[in-house]
Amino acid sequence: MKKVLILFAHPRFENSLTNRALVAEVEAIAGVTLHDLYEAYPDFNVDVEREQALLAEHDVLVWHFPLYMYSAPALLKQWIDAVLEYGWAHGSQGNALSGKTALVALTAGGSRDVYTPAGHNRHSLGEFLTPFEQTALLCKMRYLPPFAVHGTYLLTEDERSEYVAAYRRLLGLLTRDDQNFHGAEAYDYLNDWLDAGQDGV
Amino acid sequence: MIGSFLQDALIYLATAAIFVPIARKLGLGSILGYLLGGILIGPFFLGFVGEEGKDIMQFAEFGVVMMLFLAGLELEPATVWRLRKFILGAGAVQMAGTTLACFALFLVLGFGWQASVAFGLAASMSSSAIIMQVFREKGLSKTLASRSALAVSLFQDISVIPILALLPLMAAAAAVRPPDAPATLIDGLPGWAQTLLLLVVANAIVFAGRFVFVPFLRFIARVRLRELFTAAALLIVTGMAYLMIRIGFSPALGAFLAGVVLAGSEFRHQLESDIEPFKGVLLGLFFIAVGASINFSLIVANPLLVMGLVVGILVIKAVVTGATGRLFGLSFDQNVLFTVVLSQIGEFAFVLFAFIGQLRLLPEGTIDILMGVTATSMIFPPILILAAERLLLPYFGTRESVAPREPDAIESGPSGVIIAGFGHFGSTIGRFLRANGVAATILDNDSDRVDVLRKMGFTVFYGDATRLDILKSAGADEAKMLIAAIDSPEINRDLIERVRKEFPNLEIMVRARSREDAYELLDAGMENIYREALDTSIRLGVDVLIKLGFRKYSAVRAGQNFLKYDEAALRTLAAQRHDQEAYIYTTREQIELQEQLLAVDRDKLPNIHDHAWDQKREE
Repeated sequence: MKKVLILFAHPRFENSLTNRALVAEVEAIAGVTLHDLYEAYPDFNVDVEREQALLAEHDVLVWHFPLYMYSAPALLKQWIDAVLEYGWAHGSQGNALSGKTALVALTAGGSRDVYTPAGHNRHSLGEFLTPFEQTALLCKMRYLPPFAVHGTYLLTEDERSEYVAAYRRLLGLLTRDDQNFHGAEAYDYLNDWLDAGQDGV
Repeated sequence: MIGSFLQDALIYLATAAIFVPIARKLGLGSILGYLLGGILIGPFFLGFVGEEGKDIMQFAEFGVVMMLFLAGLELEPATVWRLRKFILGAGAVQMAGTTLACFALFLVLGFGWQASVAFGLAASMSSSAIIMQVFREKGLSKTLASRSALAVSLFQDISVIPILALLPLMAAAAAVRPPDAPATLIDGLPGWAQTLLLLVVANAIVFAGRFVFVPFLRFIARVRLRELFTAAALLIVTGMAYLMIRIGFSPALGAFLAGVVLAGSEFRHQLESDIEPFKGVLLGLFFIAVGASINFSLIVANPLLVMGLVVGILVIKAVVTGATGRLFGLSFDQNVLFTVVLSQIGEFAFVLFAFIGQLRLLPEGTIDILMGVTATSMIFPPILILAAERLLLPYFGTRESVAPREPDAIESGPSGVIIAGFGHFGSTIGRFLRANGVAATILDNDSDRVDVLRKMGFTVFYGDATRLDILKSAGADEAKMLIAAIDSPEINRDLIERVRKEFPNLEIMVRARSREDAYELLDAGMENIYREALDTSIRLGVDVLIKLGFRKYSAVRAGQNFLKYDEAALRTLAAQRHDQEAYIYTTREQIELQEQLLAVDRDKLPNIHDHAWDQKREE
C-alpha cells in the first residue's frame, strides 16, 4: 500500500465549511496522513528535519490549500522553500523524492468558468499552478492535475457532499499499489479523470 | 578546656539541628525552634546546660551585635526614603502607642516610672525575623501588610539605638559590671556627659565609615580573596563592638552605626552575604541561650501572672497596631495581618530586658518572668495568623469565595481555566485570556488585589490556593486547566502536588522561576513548564542581533530555533542531572550548570542558516 501525506495549509481553517468537510476523517482512510501545517507551525518556524523525515515515509504528496490570490497560503510556500532543499530534493545528489507523486488539492471561491482565457481570471487553473508542477518535476516527482472544488461560496450541501466523496475516493485510489493514474495527465482536472471512470476500478 | 568547649558546641549545635527542623515542620518558625530547644536543654528540663548558660549568653550576644550590623546594612538610604511615610508615620505611632500603653500597664501594676518606661520600650519591640518569615512562608511578601509591618519593625530596630543610650540615664544605680571587665571611659561620668559623648562617638563612626572603612574594604577587595573579605567584615564588626565596650556603650550600637554607614557603599551586598551565616548561627545560639536561661520555676510558680501578661500585652499591642493600620489606610484584611504579626514581643526585647536587668531598673525575678513572657508571645503569631485566616477573615474580610451566581440566560459557561496567583506573571495571562473572551477563575491571596479584580468583574477567589476547600469552591473539580503562576516556587510546587493528588483530571500549566525550578518540576513529572525569563531573554537577544545589523527575519528565526533547542536541552540535562550523585543545589553547581550549558551550546548550537536559502552550493 502506498502512503499519502496531505500537507494541509489553511490559516482560517475553523471558518472554512468546505475544507472542514474535505479533511474530516480523511485519516480514517488507511495510509493517509493529514499534516495540518498551520497547527504544527503557528510561528512559521518549519522544522526541516522533521518534514524531510515525514516525506521519506510517504509516497504521495498532496498540497491541500484554499487558493489565495492565485497561489497557496504563505506557510505552504515557506514549507516548500525550506524543506525542498538543494542536494536533498533536487540537484544531482538530491534524489530523496525521486519517483514519488505530487498533486494539488484546492478550494477556490471562483467558479470553474472564470479560470479560462475568456473568463475573469484570464488563465486556467493549471497555468496558475505551474510553479507547483515545475517544483514537483524539479524534485523528480510525477505531477498529477489538480483536484479542485470551485465556487465554494455557492455550494449546496449536496454538491459539497459530492466533492467530499470524490476526494475520499481519490485518496483511496492514491494509496493503491495497482493504481498508476493512467492517462490522468491528459485532463485539466483530476476531478474529470475520476468522472470519466478512467480509474479502472 | 577544648573538651568542654566542644561539648558545649555539640549540645548547642545538636539542639539547633534537631529542634529547628521540627519547629519549621510544625509551622512554628525557626526562632521558636531555637527557643524551645533551649528551654528543653536548660536547667529546668534536661539540664544539659546549667549556670554556664550565662557564659554562652555573652558569647551569643555577639550574634545580636551582628544582627544589628545587618539591620544597619539594610537601611539603604533609598529604601528608607521610599518607605519614609510608613517608617516615620506608622512606625512612630505604633511604637509610641504601645510604649505608652505598656508603660501605663506597669504603672498600674505598681512599678516606678523608670521601670515602667523601660518595660514599655522593651515590650513595644516586634520581631522582624518573625514578620519576614511569616509573610514569606505564606507567599504574602509583596502585600501592603507585609511592607507596612516591615517598615514599622524597621523603625523599632532604629529605635533600639537611642533606647540603649537612654536607659542608663534612668538607671538609679550604675550598671554592675563583671569584676574582671576592663574599666571603661564613661565610668563615673554624669548622665549628660555620657549622652554627649555618645553623640560624639556616633558622629565619629559615621566619619570613620566614609574615610576609613570604605577605603579599607576597597584595599581588601583588591586582594581578591573571598575569605579575607569575610575576615575584614568580621574585623569591622568585632572592632566596633570592642571599641564601644571600652568606651562603655552598647556594642550593638556601634555595629548598627557601622552597618548604616556601609549601607550606602558598594560593599553592601558582599558584606551582607559574608556576615549572614555567622549571624544566623550566633543568633540561633542566642535564642537557645535565651531559652535555656528562662527561669521556669518562676513561671510555673506564677502561671496566671505570666499568661495574664502575655495576653495583656498581645491585646494592648494588637489594639494599638490595629488602630495604626487603620489610621494609615490599610484595608481590613491587610490590617488583620499587620496587627497579628506585630503584636508579639520581638527578639530585641531580650536584649533590652537583659540590659535593663544589668542596670537594675527591674528586679531579677521580674526580668526572668518578662523573658518568659517574651518567649511565650513569640509562639502566637503563626497560630494567630492561622486563626485569623480560618475564623476571622472568611466572615468579616474580603470573602474567600464569591457566592455562586445564578446561571444567566445568556450563560457563556465557565471557561474551565483557573489561574492561581495573579502577580506580574499570572495577571498577564489573565488579561490575555480575557482579551480573547476566556474568563478565567482567579485565585489570589492579596486581599487588596482581590478587591480590585472583583471590581473589574473578574471571578476571584481569595485565599491560599494550596487549600483544598478553596480549590474546590473555585471549581477545580470541573475545570479543565489550572495555571500555577504563584510567585514562590515552593508554594507553587505545593499547589501542584496537591492538585495532582486531589484533581488528577485537571491539566496543569506551570510557571517556573528558573532553570533549576524547571528541573524540579520535570522531576515531579510536570509536562507544561514555562520558564518565566526564557522567552523575554531570547527576545532581547534577538533585538540585540537586529541592532547589530542582522536582518530582522534571520534574527527572529535564530531566536525561534534557540528557544526550541533550549527547551530540548532542558529535558536532556534534567535527565543527566541525576547521574551526579547526591545532588545538592548550590551556587557552585549553578555555575557548573552554566558551564555545561555553554559546552553543549558550542557543540550543538542550532544553526541560524536555512540550507535551502543559503547561496552555498556543494558543487
